[in-house]
Amino acid sequence: MKYIKQFLIILVISFAGELCKYILPFPIPASIYGMAIMFTGLMTGLVKLEDVRHTGKFLIEIMPIMFIPAGVGLVTSWGILRPVFVPVCVITVVTVITVMIATGKVSQGIIRWEQKKIEKGEVIDEPLF
Amino acid sequence: MSHFFEDSMFAGVTLSLVAYFIGTLLKRKFKLGIFNPLLISIIVSIIVLLVGKVDYEIYNEGAKYLSWLLTPATVCLAIPLYEQRDLLKKNYKAVLFGLFSGVLTSLCTVFVLSLMMGLSHEEYVTLLPKSITTAIGMGVSEELGGYVVITVAVIIVTGVIGNIFGELICKIFRIIEPISKGLAFGSAAHAIGTAKAIEIGEVEGAMSGLAIAVSGIMTVLFASVFANFI
Repeated sequence: MKYIKQFLIILVISFAGELCKYILPFPIPASIYGMAIMFTGLMTGLVKLEDVRHTGKFLIEIMPIMFIPAGVGLVTSWGILRPVFVPVCVITVVTVITVMIATGKVSQGIIRWEQKKIEKGEVIDEPLF
Repeated sequence: MSHFFEDSMFAGVTLSLVAYFIGTLLKRKFKLGIFNPLLISIIVSIIVLLVGKVDYEIYNEGAKYLSWLLTPATVCLAIPLYEQRDLLKKNYKAVLFGLFSGVLTSLCTVFVLSLMMGLSHEEYVTLLPKSITTAIGMGVSEELGGYVVITVAVIIVTGVIGNIFGELICKIFRIIEPISKGLAFGSAAHAIGTAKAIEIGEVEGAMSGLAIAVSGIMTVLFASVFANFI
């Protein structure tokens, strides 16, 4: 019973995400709307953590294998990819590195800067929510 | 043999999962990034399809059920995020500015490299949404007049590269804070990077999941501006 209920809640939220995508004019996929709905549901208490946790953790744990079909599908796009293969490879590899450094370093810098402010005993402004 | 493969719903997926499992064993034994279970599984599956002359469509008849689970799984990424909500509240500035920097860096890097390599406008906008999750990236590419099929391929390759080398990049550039590591994985390699961040730790996984959504939406906003540059 437990897993049926949990899977049901997750599927209902996924479906609600699809509805949002259908109704709203933004280029945002159902999964992202669903993620926002799930987060809001948990924050407001409409969805209880215990009612989704086990099935949710299971789905998250097996997530890597869900990308295998898309990866194998690259075999069908090889023909289109071949003419631009070199620039695509260069841009892909370089971007992964630059983006990781930018996001990682900027956020880490802010975290450490705020930690220092707390250590000095300065007041931190109110959190956003 | 390929006759049987055509009728079997489980042959393709089972093969992919066996390859994935062997990958995890190799990874544990040799502790090398290149023994990435996802990469091994994809390569082994492609080789078997090519050698056995099996169409991808036939393989995908069974394998599509794995892809089908992606939406519910992505929805569930809100669960670890909820569990880390106090950390998120405390660090919302680091999260927002970190992701904003990542999105701008992604667009700028693609712009500069495309300019240097003399890519056409269509090729350039095809690559612009390459760091974000497939469903959003496809929409952006289509909207800007790119080649959507190539965008999808590049997004997947980006994710796999991030999944394989992310830990190494964090190590070399001393990205140590779990929050920052997670954000870096999610903003550079979307959901495929997140799959790796989840393995590293709970905070990393939660932040990476958040980064998929926020970076995706930020990219939608800024990509149309960058599209005018080439």
